[in-house]
Amino acid sequence: MPATADVTTALREKFPHATPRPSLDHPAVNLPAAEVLAALQYLRDEGGFDMLADLTAIDWAAGVSPRFTVVYHLLSTTRHDYIRVATDCPDDAAPAVPSATGLWPGANWHERETYDMFGITFTGHPDLRRILMWDGYPHFPLRKEFPLAGIDTPLPDAEIMAETGARVIPAPMAGGPFVAAPGEINLTEAEPRAKDESWNERREKPDA
Amino acid sequence: MVSSRTELAYNSKIEGEVVVSRMDAVINWVRTNSMWPMPMGLACCAIELMGSAASRFDIARFGAEVMRFSPRQSDCMIVAGTVTYKMAPVVRRIYDQMAEPKWVIAMGACASSGGMYRSYATLQGVDRIVPVDVYISGCPPRPEALLDALMKLQAKVRREPAARNLHRV
Repeated sequence: MPATADVTTALREKFPHATPRPSLDHPAVNLPAAEVLAALQYLRDEGGFDMLADLTAIDWAAGVSPRFTVVYHLLSTTRHDYIRVATDCPDDAAPAVPSATGLWPGANWHERETYDMFGITFTGHPDLRRILMWDGYPHFPLRKEFPLAGIDTPLPDAEIMAETGARVIPAPMAGGPFVAAPGEINLTEAEPRAKDESWNERREKPDA
Repeated sequence: MVSSRTELAYNSKIEGEVVVSRMDAVINWVRTNSMWPMPMGLACCAIELMGSAASRFDIARFGAEVMRFSPRQSDCMIVAGTVTYKMAPVVRRIYDQMAEPKWVIAMGACASSGGMYRSYATLQGVDRIVPVDVYISGCPPRPEALLDALMKLQAKVRREPAARNLHRV
């Protein structure tokens, strides 16, 4: 079984487009989207990274190009070592990368979640539906332009919405988001609270 | 084996075969003392709900131990946990399927107000979709708090004119 450092070297020799990726913990590489599946398969079959530990994405904000990066975390269950593979989505408006479900069946729900939250299409996915939000929800909540409180939207069920008059409303934030104070010895002071407590639901936010 | 000692059973001679009461009192006595819950367990509050049903707290003391997983057979929906917008229509539909008269307990911070989930995905209080009779504070509430809410609900039901609930929407 080769060491992780040798695997990354061999990977960069086999895939010349791979570039090193800044990382504070595990070895990491950037790959173009067209080569990422072949590289993942190489890491799985030759490099001993037999488990897909995580699959998620990064939104670098609207206007940045490339805007979306898909990140794979692979684990070797024999060496207990990780490697991180990242690939930029070529299209910023309709981001798409090939699906890794053919390599790891466990990628299925990870890719559905990434699609649900970021709107990234995984081509070749057998069942690319939303997994957390309901079918027909019009937004992608983890994109940078989506506000934390949410956007006014109809309820998933039109009949129930007509009966109750309820809608998906922007949640009252009251000076939030609530953040904890790390390093605080006094646990009461460390409790998550709004940074700006000068306004809440009853008291309007003062003009800046 | 049939016993000949019939006086162990109800002796109709004592009250002259007639019991006098008010209709409301009789109906409400029946309703309050066998209030079968619909356990709408959606998050960690449901664990406390289970704790309330177990031997230490024993919700059976108040006649509410028969957790019915069919809304058709239950009287009181205990919304125990975070109601997401995805789940909200289901909660309302189950409430609609319960037979009248029916009551709702919002158990814990999330069911009462959305709790700490000030989020795009969480219903900000289950009272936006179903009428709530009793709110319980806590995250999660202790089983004693749930029992207290049940007793408060029973007190509320005892005060209700029983016939009014026949027309309750």
